[in-house]
Amino acid sequence: MHVLLGLEGSDESVETLETTIERVLETGDDLLVAVVDKPEASRSPSAVVDLAKARLEEAGIDAEVRQLEGDPGSELVDLAEREGVDQLVIGGGTRSPMGKVRLGPVTEFVLLNATTTVKLVR
Amino acid sequence: MREHSSRVYPEEPCGPFPTPPGTYTDPEGREIALSVVTHPEDTVRGVADGERTPIDVLTDMYQQFDPADRAQGIPPSSEDRIRRWLEPLLENGVNVVASHDGSVIGHATLVPDTDEPASLTAPGDVEWELAIFVLQDYQRGGIGTQLLEHLLGHASSLGIDRVWLTVERWNGPAISLYKRVGFELCGAESFEQEMSILLGAGV
Repeated sequence: MHVLLGLEGSDESVETLETTIERVLETGDDLLVAVVDKPEASRSPSAVVDLAKARLEEAGIDAEVRQLEGDPGSELVDLAEREGVDQLVIGGGTRSPMGKVRLGPVTEFVLLNATTTVKLVR
Repeated sequence: MREHSSRVYPEEPCGPFPTPPGTYTDPEGREIALSVVTHPEDTVRGVADGERTPIDVLTDMYQQFDPADRAQGIPPSSEDRIRRWLEPLLENGVNVVASHDGSVIGHATLVPDTDEPASLTAPGDVEWELAIFVLQDYQRGGIGTQLLEHLLGHASSLGIDRVWLTVERWNGPAISLYKRVGFELCGAESFEQEMSILLGAGV
C-alpha cells in the first residue's frame, strides 16, 4: 500500500511518526512523509523533517520526506491526490485536561476534503 | 486578562450558585443527593457502602453509562480504562456527585488546565475544564443542571473563577443548558464548541 504520512511540529505528530514507522515495518508499505507548517507548533518544519529522516533511517525505512509550504490541510489533501496514495495518515487529535479528544482545524479539513482513505492515529 | 489565561471569558462574573451538600427531587419524585467527593479516603454521602472509595463508586456508575452518550472520547468503556481516567480527575480535580438509593447516578468534575497540578497553590491561578455525566435513566429531569450549579458553587467557594468546557457543536440541548447557567460561547475549535464562564459574583 502507498501511504502518505502528514506531520506537523506537535508531540502528537511525533507519536504518529513512531506508530507509523512500527506499522510500516510490519507491512512493508510504501511510505511518503510530508511535513506541513503549523505556526503554533512547538517544532519548526525543518526540525520535524530532520527528526523524521533520522527516525526513518534508524528504522531502516527508505522513505522520502518532503516539506510543504502553504495551508496544511489543503496541501496534504492535494499531495495525496497527486501521488495517488491509498491512505493519508495524520494524528488523531490531542487530549484536553479532562481527556476529551480535540481535533484541530487541519484534521477537520482533511477528513472532510480528502478523496483518499484517512487514518487517524491514536 | 491574566497572564495564564488562554481563553476569552465573559466580562461579568456569574453567581452565586448553590453549594453542596444539597438535595433535589426530580420530576419522577426521586430524591437525589448532591455531595462533594475528595480523593481518596472520603466516603460518598448517600452511598450505602462507606468502605468503597469514590473511584470504586464512580467506576460502577461509568460501567453503566450508555455508550451512545459518550462524547469526545469520554468516558472510556472498560473498567480498567475508566479507573485510569478517573484517577487524575479525583487526585487533582474538584468533584460533585449525584446519588440516588445508594448509587452514584451523576458526576460533575473540574480539572485544572496545568501540566503540574501538584504544584498548584491558588485555584484562581489556572483555568478549569468542566464536564458533566448523568446516567441515561436520570437524564432530562434537571439533575445535570443541579450538578452543574452545585459544582460551580463549590468551585467558587474554593476560589476558582475561570471555567471552560467544550461541547460537540451539534449538541444543542447541552449548549442551551450551559447558556442558561451563564456560560458564553468562546472559541470554536473545529468540531467542538468552546464555552466559558467567569465565577465570583455574590461570593
